Amino acid sequence: MIVAEQKPLAEIAGMIGDCRKVLFAGCAGCVTVCLSGGEKETEVMATALRMKRQLEGNPLETVTYTATRQCDPEYVDAMADVVKGVDAVVSLACGVGPQYLAARYPDLWVIPAQNTTFAGGSKEHGVWEEFCGLCGQCVLHLTGGICPVIRCSKSILNGPCGGSQYGKCEIGKDVECAWHLIYERLKRLDRLDLMRQYREPKDWSKARDGGPRKVTREDVMIG
Amino acid sequence: MEQILENGRFAVTAEIGPPKHADAEKVVHHAQLLKGYVDATNITDCQTAVVRMSSIGTGVHVLGAGVEPIVQMTCRDRNRIAIQSDLLAAWSLGMRNVLCLSGDHQKFGNHPTARNVYDVDSMQLIHLVRRMRDEKLFFCGEEIKGAEPRFFVGAVANPFADPFEWRVDRLEKKIDAGAEFIQTQCIYDMERFERFMEMVRERGLDKRAHILAGVTPLKSWKAAKYLQTSVSGMIVPDSIVERLKGAEDGKAEGVNICIEQIKHIKEKIPGVHGVHIMAIAWEEVVPDIVQRAGLYPRPQA
Repeated sequence: MIVAEQKPLAEIAGMIGDCRKVLFAGCAGCVTVCLSGGEKETEVMATALRMKRQLEGNPLETVTYTATRQCDPEYVDAMADVVKGVDAVVSLACGVGPQYLAARYPDLWVIPAQNTTFAGGSKEHGVWEEFCGLCGQCVLHLTGGICPVIRCSKSILNGPCGGSQYGKCEIGKDVECAWHLIYERLKRLDRLDLMRQYREPKDWSKARDGGPRKVTREDVMIG
Repeated sequence: MEQILENGRFAVTAEIGPPKHADAEKVVHHAQLLKGYVDATNITDCQTAVVRMSSIGTGVHVLGAGVEPIVQMTCRDRNRIAIQSDLLAAWSLGMRNVLCLSGDHQKFGNHPTARNVYDVDSMQLIHLVRRMRDEKLFFCGEEIKGAEPRFFVGAVANPFADPFEWRVDRLEKKIDAGAEFIQTQCIYDMERFERFMEMVRERGLDKRAHILAGVTPLKSWKAAKYLQTSVSGMIVPDSIVERLKGAEDGKAEGVNICIEQIKHIKEKIPGVHGVHIMAIAWEEVVPDIVQRAGLYPRPQA
């Protein structure tokens, strides 16, 4: 899932300082799963900001709505009524949501409530970790199912580098060395031959370096 | 070059493309050809993202041949650590001018699968190079304890990119960031450039930075057509394509057009402080253009 972290409340308050009526738009997708932008978090944020403004003697009218997904035109279309008459919408979706809202509603001022952080998963309750670098050309079959592109701080493809010690990365003792993990796993699976092979430089044109990406699937297109 | 511009003289700069190998002989030859005809010459930084000898290294050869280099520095291939490291080296090697630009995307070059950097953008680069000079600070704010690089800082502007009306705002932003001289994209649509310069003068930007108009002699109508249809951010009017098509000697006509453009820019467009002749892979034609455009001999700084 896409993992996002809410911006500090004071920062969001600053961004809507001159608004009188604001829509807080949650998303029932990834941000619900990572507990940062679902229905519950949306209600909590709207309430907190309404109370803050009340205490400041500058009341704020809030509307709340949680879309099934903010990354899908049909669910963003369905918001046509709730965006009416608001000075701004604060989107609690990942970075995709505010952009879909901006594209669908040209006159609407959109504000991001989240810092979209990474593609990953939960490790334990309340802890999420990054797992996928979205590089566009997966190498997990070569690395024992551990991603060196994003879990190695240097995205090295022929690791581990000389900074790996006691299974940790040189950037910090709380960061696991991805290549140490890869080594341990391939050893266990008796596939260290994969690590002995020289890996060519990656084709980064498949990643963000090649420009904004697009996936077109003619087989599922309608009409 | 800085002296010539500061003295209010009409400057002439050209461009030398570094080689795609490790032999500097041709670079030295081109520099010798240009010597005395130009005030300084740009050294491109892996233009169109094709690997070439580095702009700083090439600059050393050019300087050795007696021509003042303008080191181009793009944001595509270096992060802020490498940029500053290169700036320190460049200054220590005698480079005195740096032109800050984003750089062409690697998609167009010979390593389209490379990663790009763009850690800082051209605007930030201008600001930070100036800060290194004016405040003796590294990008991070740490003091430079020792000689700081004191570059004459340049930037580029493209009056032919869109949105047109935003181009002057962006130029102003670059000047505010610290750009002292500006070289423009090659001009073929003179009318649009004149409108651009009108807005530049309205805001007094020509008084705050030295604007050098970019020109490129065309070798053939096909080259003109290519620029017209395949290069983003270029406008080539049909009249130029047609004129080259009708000419007996396309190359000679291309040079004639370029000379007419330079004369027009120098005499008819107030606020332009010089011309930047980008004879791409055609360095040897520059002396003839400079001479016939009435810009020779060059003033002594």
